[in-house]
Amino acid sequence: MLARLASPRTGGMLALAAVIALLPLVLSNKYFYDIAVLVGLNAIVCIGLNLLIGYAGQISLGHAGFFGLGAYGSAILASRYGWPPLAAMLATTFAVAALAFVVGRPILRLKGHYLAMATLGLGVIIFMVITTEDKFTGGPDGIAVVPFRIGGFVVQGERIWYWVVGALLLVAVWLALNLIESPAGRALRALHSSEIGAEVVGINAANHKVMVFVISAVFASVAGSLAAHYSGFVTPGKVTFLHSIELVTMVVFGGMASTFGAVVGAAVLTTLPQLLAVFEDYEMMVFGAVMMGTMIFLPRGVVPSLARLLQTRRQRASADGEEEGA
Amino acid sequence: MKSTQVRNSLKRGLAAVAATFALFTGPAVAQEPIKIGAFLAVTGPAASLGDPEQKTLELYVGKINAAGGVLGRKLQLISYDAAGDAEKARTFAKRLIEQDKVDVIVGGTSTGETMAVIPLVEAAQIPFISLAGAVVIVEPVKKWVFKTPHTDRMACEKIFIDMQSRKFSKIALISGPGGFDKSMRAECLKLNKKYGIDVIADETYGGGDTDMTAQLTKIKNTAGVQAVLNPGFGQGPAIVTKNYGQLGITIPLYQSHGVASKEFIKLAGAAAEGVRLPGAALLVADSLPASDPQRSVAVAYKNEYESHFKSDISTFGGHAYDGLMIAVEAIKKAGGTDKAKVRDAIESTRRFIGVDGTYTMSPTDHMGLDLSAFRMLEVKGGNWTLVK
Repeated sequence: MLARLASPRTGGMLALAAVIALLPLVLSNKYFYDIAVLVGLNAIVCIGLNLLIGYAGQISLGHAGFFGLGAYGSAILASRYGWPPLAAMLATTFAVAALAFVVGRPILRLKGHYLAMATLGLGVIIFMVITTEDKFTGGPDGIAVVPFRIGGFVVQGERIWYWVVGALLLVAVWLALNLIESPAGRALRALHSSEIGAEVVGINAANHKVMVFVISAVFASVAGSLAAHYSGFVTPGKVTFLHSIELVTMVVFGGMASTFGAVVGAAVLTTLPQLLAVFEDYEMMVFGAVMMGTMIFLPRGVVPSLARLLQTRRQRASADGEEEGA
Repeated sequence: MKSTQVRNSLKRGLAAVAATFALFTGPAVAQEPIKIGAFLAVTGPAASLGDPEQKTLELYVGKINAAGGVLGRKLQLISYDAAGDAEKARTFAKRLIEQDKVDVIVGGTSTGETMAVIPLVEAAQIPFISLAGAVVIVEPVKKWVFKTPHTDRMACEKIFIDMQSRKFSKIALISGPGGFDKSMRAECLKLNKKYGIDVIADETYGGGDTDMTAQLTKIKNTAGVQAVLNPGFGQGPAIVTKNYGQLGITIPLYQSHGVASKEFIKLAGAAAEGVRLPGAALLVADSLPASDPQRSVAVAYKNEYESHFKSDISTFGGHAYDGLMIAVEAIKKAGGTDKAKVRDAIESTRRFIGVDGTYTMSPTDHMGLDLSAFRMLEVKGGNWTLVK
């Protein structure tokens, strides 16, 4: 029983659910709720991206593109063509999944720097299309988005959005944890350590890579759609190369190959600029120092490094205990 | 400079502590500062706009406080760097409204940042003076939203009127991919017919282009072009102007208010001679006639800014100056910081002389400038001169 609780699948989920349930006790106004919603949306993208980067060992420097496609797809279909937001979101998600599937196969044949460049290129192309097709997207100045509604119920206000995003975050974590423990997840980890080795034992590396690429694109697209409806306005700022880098940084900072690491990374990197605003001109310097410090002292990312530290300490403690016992 | 800002943030921290104490002690409430909230693109791609805005706000809040504040209360400036990112602007605006509980917001360097914040200020019912250019901010009129800069539509009109007076009826456009370029190009293409001007060539260049001779050659070879208009922002217009000189094109070149800074003349060099553009009176403050009502305001701002920061003024700082002063005047007129009264006072601004022009707002006009706010300028001898 205890062992089950300590496993990440149940224990971690329970802990995250508890945090989401109890957080409103300290969120004293709408501004804090706003930050919490942004953390949740970023975390959903990072969980998907972590499946690709952390578990399958493939890099993507173009995920802001998928996020942006989700946001703009929803914005254009719901606001310009009056689609119901839920239908707009689902249609957009399918379109993004199809795009990821089509471009995934040729792109994921590449490795290392070449893969990084190809995904970067994909992100840049999406950004350029969005900024130049101003008849649909509003160009560099952006586009207003109608509120999210399901039937007669309008999802509006930070508090309602908090619970919606909180629930979706739990679903995302649950999906990711289950995927990793499934045969497909084990296959992904196998091809991370050695692609040739994985193929030798009968894993279709190409199929698995495309699958995880599509899944991560879908996570980003859904988060993008929700972000668009939540903030009521999208600009190409969220589709830039810089935002792609931000997302990868969150994953690496929190800890690769750790779903909760992705959540922690998103939480820290989303709230940090808000906390550091008091430093004014020195904001970016302090931000850089925090990043460098973390990578030097917790090189595997926050969550895995701390987990490891805890484990070695516990082992040492139990070893000491045994010695005393003897 | 940096150390004063650290001191400022320290002061702000102390002020926050003091404010907390004031809350507990009660009667000191009368001395509570008037909070001016700002979110500006101090870093990022629009930093050349946001930086002078930030400096101007700091400088003048300090000056007003040194002179005793407003209605016996000190001003407190709470400013965040939105870095030109609409999402950040929205979050910081929420922080200003919910957390810092500011009385009025002056900010929003770019149109995207401003548009993202408008739903928030409308819902929270807080007066907001934007520093961004596009017409969409005040058209249709939004109850709580105002702006100080001239619009791109006005720039088009000013240029077309000048072209009309020089009897030009066939012109060429050349513009880039940025938000400013696209918005102004669209406005100009809506207006040209009204002034009897035909656009017979419409060329575009890319964001990172370092050479526009191909597009300009095409324009040069288009028969009948009498003038060229480059609604552009950033590096592009300087390169266009340079190439224009290299190709030896002799028909007049018009630029937009987006490049109305000394930097443009420096970059374009000798080719900038003879280029015309609409700009704020601020750029020619010293050569304005003594009878000009804007002269004293513009000269005072120019001298104050240049002596304090040892750098050239820019029109963008001027937008922030006007925004702050209109807000301060409105608070004085409203006799306090009641948000609805301040809003009404801003809307009833009459003949307020700022550095951008003379503002007369109304329920249907939340910008308040007319075409007289723009001066037609020409580059002569490496400097701006007024076209008579």
